[in-house]
Amino acid sequence: MRNAFADELTKLGNEDPRVVMLSGDIGNRLFDKFKDKHPSRFFNCGVAEANMMGVAAGMAMNGLRPVAYTITPFVTTRCLEQIRTDVCYHEAPVTIVAVGAGMAYAGLGPTHHACEDISFLRSIPNMVVICPADAHEVRGALRAAMKQDRPVYIRMGKKGEPVVHPGPVTDFAIGKAITIAQGEDVCLLSTGNMLPEAIEAAHLLKEKGISAEVVSFHTVKPLDEACLRDAFGRFKLVATVEEHSLIGGFGAAVSEWLADTDTARGKFIRFGTPDAFFKKSGEQEYAREMLGLSAHQIADKIAHALH
Amino acid sequence: MNVAVRKTAAAAPDVAALKAQAARLRGKIIDMSHAAQAAHLASSLSCADVLVAAYWHVLNVDPKKPADPLRDRFILSKGHAAAALYATLAMKGYFPLEELETYCKDGGRLAEHPPANLLPGVEAATGSLGHGLPLGCGMALSGRIKGESFRVFALLSDGENNEGSVWESAMFAAAQKLENVCVIVDYNKWQATARSNETLMLAPLRDKWAAFGWDAHEIDGHDVGALAEAMQRVPNGSGKPVALIAHTVKGRGVSFMEDDNNWHYRAPTAEEVVKAHKELGLS
Repeated sequence: MRNAFADELTKLGNEDPRVVMLSGDIGNRLFDKFKDKHPSRFFNCGVAEANMMGVAAGMAMNGLRPVAYTITPFVTTRCLEQIRTDVCYHEAPVTIVAVGAGMAYAGLGPTHHACEDISFLRSIPNMVVICPADAHEVRGALRAAMKQDRPVYIRMGKKGEPVVHPGPVTDFAIGKAITIAQGEDVCLLSTGNMLPEAIEAAHLLKEKGISAEVVSFHTVKPLDEACLRDAFGRFKLVATVEEHSLIGGFGAAVSEWLADTDTARGKFIRFGTPDAFFKKSGEQEYAREMLGLSAHQIADKIAHALH
Repeated sequence: MNVAVRKTAAAAPDVAALKAQAARLRGKIIDMSHAAQAAHLASSLSCADVLVAAYWHVLNVDPKKPADPLRDRFILSKGHAAAALYATLAMKGYFPLEELETYCKDGGRLAEHPPANLLPGVEAATGSLGHGLPLGCGMALSGRIKGESFRVFALLSDGENNEGSVWESAMFAAAQKLENVCVIVDYNKWQATARSNETLMLAPLRDKWAAFGWDAHEIDGHDVGALAEAMQRVPNGSGKPVALIAHTVKGRGVSFMEDDNNWHYRAPTAEEVVKAHKELGLS
């Protein structure tokens, strides 16, 4: 996802003179092409995220379209008040791009885990929250964000994830979920980098004779309410899948929607990270296994819920 | 660097007129504090001369065109002095003077800390400290990118210098050589509940800003003429952002409020308002 982001950003920079790139001293060489073409519109803001977010807001308040980028916790929780007040209160069209969603950087240790950011950011007025599932969705999300006159948060994975979509998602629209596979028994609503696990879980369920629909629910705010109404209307079981805390994340957003909506429905279960820090060493795959987010664990729990 | 160096106004400041304006501004702030029984009167009085120097001599602004992209930006980063900003903007004609009567009233536009996108002339919502300078740096950089040569002035409190984001931004502005950015620190030696230098050590404050790469100067923050001239020199050819460490007295202008930190939160009674006006030569 990371390389797709840098590449699409360079293209957007060529097309739109308002596009400015702010980096929190990461992405060594990642933005070389952007820097070569637009040296006056690239700023390494150093390891100073509060300032970076304020600078981005100031630029956006004067008509530019800044993109502020660093690792997830640093570009969200570290500078949360700047996001809330400088960016969102002023409705400044800043695009915040985070790399390392959820446990993507599990191996880097606890400071780099990020399972609370959706919760914080979606509670802020004026904010859009997008969790792209693969490199193609990253490109679509970034392009869509630049057309907004408001703050957008894009929560990316890392680099080298499986590419799910066969080609560019040319009709990517904020708040419009994408059906990946059709099914009849259960609907898996997946957001962000968990989509490959959801797809694999659907394959495992098929072996058990269970037909699963898989949806890439990339926009957590605003929710695709039509998709939710359809899913809860058609399936006896709906599950949300995310690499984020069950508190305040995508599943929580859907729960809130259900509580506020008069929808006749079947069962609903949520897959996410528990209300606990992950304190072990290990890579993302190991972390998912420990947190119950691996495809086979998802498949087992769903099969159990349907019986 | 493609920032056009602006021509400074040739005219010397009319110090007598500025002083008279500062007295009127202080009177208005005191009236507002009394009517609303709102806090932060002393903080508003300490920076009154900076606001007068800025709005009545330095800033290239037109109250009839508050969104002019080429206007100078003045950011009240010490948002708790909102009363001083509101009174200034109303006296400059950004909105009717009568609206000052709605200060802190239900349903009004004049909250105790300034909201943005409501009142013409308010550049940013401030109140939480340490936000104004990063915003100002972003505005200045956007001006550089777009070829607009406006200046950015950010008024900070001394207590605000406690915030790490101020120093993040100070290093950033120096690295980017934002010579059209000017910080004025209202160094009144008090923060909300204690002496500034007994809370977090600011001294030597000028040296700190200089060490962070700024063209830093100490100045009498109640000498409107000196303030006007120093601010008007921005950008001053040093290639550095400018920091003016303005030595001030909290509650300046009213003998019984000066350097008495109770007036960080206290609001004056009707009798005290009369007394204060008299001291300011207004009644």
